[in-house]
Amino acid sequence: MDVLYSYYLEYFQSFGINEAWAILLWYAMTFAIVAVLLIGVVLVLVLVERKLLALFTVRKGPNRVGFWGCLQTVADAIKLLFKEDIIPDKADKFLFWIAPILVFAPVMAVWGLIPWDSRFCIFNSIVGVLLFMAILTFPTFGILLAGYSSNNKYSLIGAFRACVQTISYEIPLVMSVLSIVVLAQTLNINNIILAQSSNGIFGWNFIPAFVGMVVFFVCAIAQMNRTPFDLPEAESELVCGYNVEYSGMKFAMFFLAEYAETFIISLFMAILFFGGYLSPFGGYIVEQLDINFVTTQFLIYIEQFSWLIIKTAIILFVIIWIRATLPRLRADQLTAFAWKVLLPLSIINFFVVSVIKYMTMGASYV
Amino acid sequence: MSEKLKKTMKINIGPQHPSTHGVLRLVLELDGEVIKSTEPIVGYLHRGMEKMAENMTYFQYLPTVDRIDYLSSFFCAEAFVSSVEKALKIEVPQKAQYMRVMLMELNRIASHLLWLGTFMLDLGASSPFFYCFREREVILNLFEDLTGARMMYNFHTFGGVKKDFQAHFFEKLDKFMLDFPKKVDEYEAIITKNPVFLKRAYGIGVLNKKTALAYAITGPNLRASGVTLDFRKQSPYLIYDKVEFDVPNRKFGDSWSRYFVRVQEMKESLKIVKQCADWLQQNKNEDYNLGIRPVALKVPVGMYVSNVESPRGLLSCVLVADGSEKPVRVKWRTGSFYAVQVLPNLIQNHKMSDLMTIFGSLDVILPEVDR
Repeated sequence: MDVLYSYYLEYFQSFGINEAWAILLWYAMTFAIVAVLLIGVVLVLVLVERKLLALFTVRKGPNRVGFWGCLQTVADAIKLLFKEDIIPDKADKFLFWIAPILVFAPVMAVWGLIPWDSRFCIFNSIVGVLLFMAILTFPTFGILLAGYSSNNKYSLIGAFRACVQTISYEIPLVMSVLSIVVLAQTLNINNIILAQSSNGIFGWNFIPAFVGMVVFFVCAIAQMNRTPFDLPEAESELVCGYNVEYSGMKFAMFFLAEYAETFIISLFMAILFFGGYLSPFGGYIVEQLDINFVTTQFLIYIEQFSWLIIKTAIILFVIIWIRATLPRLRADQLTAFAWKVLLPLSIINFFVVSVIKYMTMGASYV
Repeated sequence: MSEKLKKTMKINIGPQHPSTHGVLRLVLELDGEVIKSTEPIVGYLHRGMEKMAENMTYFQYLPTVDRIDYLSSFFCAEAFVSSVEKALKIEVPQKAQYMRVMLMELNRIASHLLWLGTFMLDLGASSPFFYCFREREVILNLFEDLTGARMMYNFHTFGGVKKDFQAHFFEKLDKFMLDFPKKVDEYEAIITKNPVFLKRAYGIGVLNKKTALAYAITGPNLRASGVTLDFRKQSPYLIYDKVEFDVPNRKFGDSWSRYFVRVQEMKESLKIVKQCADWLQQNKNEDYNLGIRPVALKVPVGMYVSNVESPRGLLSCVLVADGSEKPVRVKWRTGSFYAVQVLPNLIQNHKMSDLMTIFGSLDVILPEVDR
C-alpha cells in the first residue's frame, strides 16, 4: 500500500500540481471505492439473505427481476431512492435529519481498517482493534437520536432498548477481543492475523479462545440488532422501533448501515478468530502450482482475499440460519444474559487465554 | 407530584398494530416497560351480525354466519344450523353428521395452525409461520375441492350438508393424514423445547383455575388451566360420542401450557378425522341431506340453544323464534370475547414484550369479539 501511495504521489507531482491536492484526491478515491464496495456488498447480502430465508422457510424468494432474481435488490434500492422523504410535523428536524448519517458514517469508516489481503489495507493503524471497537459504538448514538427526535413512543422505546442492549453487550465483546490481543501481543489487525500463521488451521485463535469466540459471536449478533436480539426494531411489539418514522433514503441509510455492520463484524470475526486471509492448510494452494514468480505473487493475493470472503460467508450463513430459527428474547432477559452469562464467560476466557500465553511464552511474557 | 412529572406513559397498541390480530385497541399504561394497566377497546370491526338476523330469513342468514369467525367457519355454521334443527326437531342423517364432524375437526387443525404461526411471529420467529401456512394450505385445498370456497364455506344446510364428496377427495385426505403427524413433530422439535421460546412463554401470563372459571373462559385456554371441560365430551352433539379421542390438558395455565394444549389438540383432531374418514369410506351410498327447501322455512315458537366446541372455546347460538320465517333474536356467545376480558388481568405487571406472548397465546380472533 505504501509503495503504491508513493508511486501515486510521484506520478501526480510529475504534472507539477501541489501535493495537498494529491492527498485530497487520494482520500476522495478511497472514499469512492469504499462507498461503492459497501453498497455492492449490501445489495448482494440482502439478496442472499432473502434467498436463504426463503430456503429455510420452504419458499422461493425473489426470482423474477433479472436472472435468479439478482436484480431484485437493485430494484428495491431504486424504489427507495424515489420514495417521498417524510419528516413528522413535531419531530426535532435537525436531529431527525442527522441521525441516519450518524449511524451510517461510522460503519463506513471502519471499512478502511480491514486488511483484505496481506497488502491491501486502506488504513493500517497500530491501534486498529481499539479503533474498530471505538468507532463501532457510534451507531448507538445515532439510533438514540433517531428514536428521540421522531416524537413517537414506539421509536423512543426502541431507541432506549438499542442503547441498553449495545452498552450491555459491548463489555463482553471487548473482553473477548482483549483475549485475542493478549494472544497476539498487538493491537494491529494485520499483526493479529500474522500471529495466527504458525501451523494452518491449528494456529488460529479460535482454538485457545474458543469460549471467547462463542461470546464474541453472540455479542456480535446483539450488536447488529439481529434475531434473536432484534429488540430495538421488534416489528411485532414496536412496529419497527427507532426507524418507524423514517422513509425513503433515510430509512435506506439505517438499512444499509445495519447490513454493512453485519458484514463488517463477520469479517472482523473471521480476522480475529479464523485467521483472516490465511489459508487453513498452512501454505497457499497457488504456491503448489508451478507458475512463474510474479503471477504466483499476484494469485496469492487473490487467494488470500477469497479465503477471507469464504470465512465471512460461512459466518454470515450461520447468522442468517439463527435468524430463521430462533424467536426473540425479552429486553430484561437479554440484559440479564449479557451480564450474568456472557460477562463471566468472557472473563474466564480471558483468564484461561492469559494462562495459556504464559505457559507457552514462559517468563518472557511478564 | 405534578401532572407533568407523572412516572407512567400511556401508549396505544392498535388498532393497526401488527400483533393485535385484526383491530383491537389496547390503551396501556407503562412504567418503563412494565404494564401498569390495560384497557382493551373493541368494536372497530362491528358488523351487526346479531341485528342482521332479525331482518333475514333463516336461509338468507345462513351464509353470513360463516363470517362470525372466519378461521373456523364450519363451527359457526354448525352452531346456527343445529339450533334451527333443534327447533324443527329433526334428526340429521348419519352420513351428514360424520361429514360435519370430519370437516369441523379439519377446520380446527387449520385454525390452530394459523394460530401457531401467528403466535410464533409475535415472538419474532418467522419460520414456523411459513411452515404452518404450508400445512394449512393443504387443508384449505381440500375444503376448496369440496365446497368451492377457501374460507367462507357455506356448506352446512338445515338437515344435512349441501354436497357429497367428489371422487378424489379421500385420496388427498389420506395423503394429508399420513403426512401431518410428521409435520406436527417437526413443529414440536423446533418450538416446544426451544430455550428462547421456553424463556419467553414458560410461566408468563398465568391464568389460574379460579380466575379462568370466574371469567367464563372456555376451550384450550381453560384446559391449559387445569379444567378438563370439553363440550364434545361433556354434552356430545352429532357423533362425538361414537369417536374416540382424548382431551389434552395442563395444570399451570401459562402461555406455554396454552401452546402445548393446542398442539396436542391438533393430534387428537387428526384421530377424529381418521375415524370419520374410515366410516365415510365404508358408507358411501347413504343419504347426506334431508332436502329441506329454502322456501318458507318456518321455525316453531320458542328459545333454542346449541353449543359447539370451537377452536376458541364454547361457541353457542341462542335463537328466539316466533313461528315466522325470520328469527326474532339471535345471540352469539363466542370464546374470544371472554379471552379479551381476562387480558388486562393477565398482563398486569408483566413487561411490554410479554403482552404479545400472552395475547398471542390466548388465540383471540377479533371478528368473533366484535361480531
